[in-house]
Amino acid sequence: MSNGPSTIQPEDFSLEALRSGDRVEFSRLVEVYSGKLYRLGLKMLDNPQDAEDVLQEAFFKAYRGIKNFDGRSSLSTWLYRIAVNEALMFLRRKHPETVSIEEPDGDDPDDQEPLQIVDWCCLPEEELMSSEVRSRLDKAIRKLPTKLRVVFLLREIEDLSTEETAQALNLTETAVKTRLSRARMRLRDELSVYFGERLGGKVYGA
Amino acid sequence: MEHKGHCKDLLGMFSDYVDGDLAAEFCTELERHLAECENCRIIVDTLRRTVYLVQVTKEPALVPDDVRQRLYRSLRLDEFL
Repeated sequence: MSNGPSTIQPEDFSLEALRSGDRVEFSRLVEVYSGKLYRLGLKMLDNPQDAEDVLQEAFFKAYRGIKNFDGRSSLSTWLYRIAVNEALMFLRRKHPETVSIEEPDGDDPDDQEPLQIVDWCCLPEEELMSSEVRSRLDKAIRKLPTKLRVVFLLREIEDLSTEETAQALNLTETAVKTRLSRARMRLRDELSVYFGERLGGKVYGA
Repeated sequence: MEHKGHCKDLLGMFSDYVDGDLAAEFCTELERHLAECENCRIIVDTLRRTVYLVQVTKEPALVPDDVRQRLYRSLRLDEFL
């Protein structure tokens, strides 16, 4: 497994060298970002082969497109944008009816559902960190609709800021915050269902 | 739930609140509500815990060796492997 040299700062690249097609500089870019883009692809597509294809295709496009990179976003945001678009194309091919991240955020019908009220926040760390909890959390992330999931992944897993996420997805910062909030609330609810089965809980609004 | 209507109005603020990213005037309003609404307090506490769990269980950004090799070959970067 390779994680790339962790000492390289994300923006520590020579744009001039990249734009002129410098192979050494491009290989550094690949080294630093391949792990992140592969993880993103895996979490978006749930399929290692598709994630690998997205990874390759994203770097192909980055290599070809770097000449036109205008520097309005950071290089890292630009790469995430390419990878997200590739992954969305894969998803559209497989599930044409489900994938749109452009649709506006109206009232989320799921917000009307009862919220689970189970006070599991003070459970001991070892219980919170069990492999079962991890797998419930993973499953809950996979269940998120694409438009929430992609925001969640960029903000929480890839640590992009609200502004960077908005740039990468061509959304407003308000939309990013709303979607992150909805994604987090859904995960919280799923975990509460799980802990509720163990602790006994009541359902709010029911 | 006597505060049910109000609770629903405030739900959308919880995420910004746990990030410490909520404007001061809303913070005051929310904290006043949390002081008297146990359900919302539980939701905020467990939301904060959820965000924490996501962070600590996050997988590292790794590329398996075989995937990395195929990537470098496909980009004609074999010499840097």
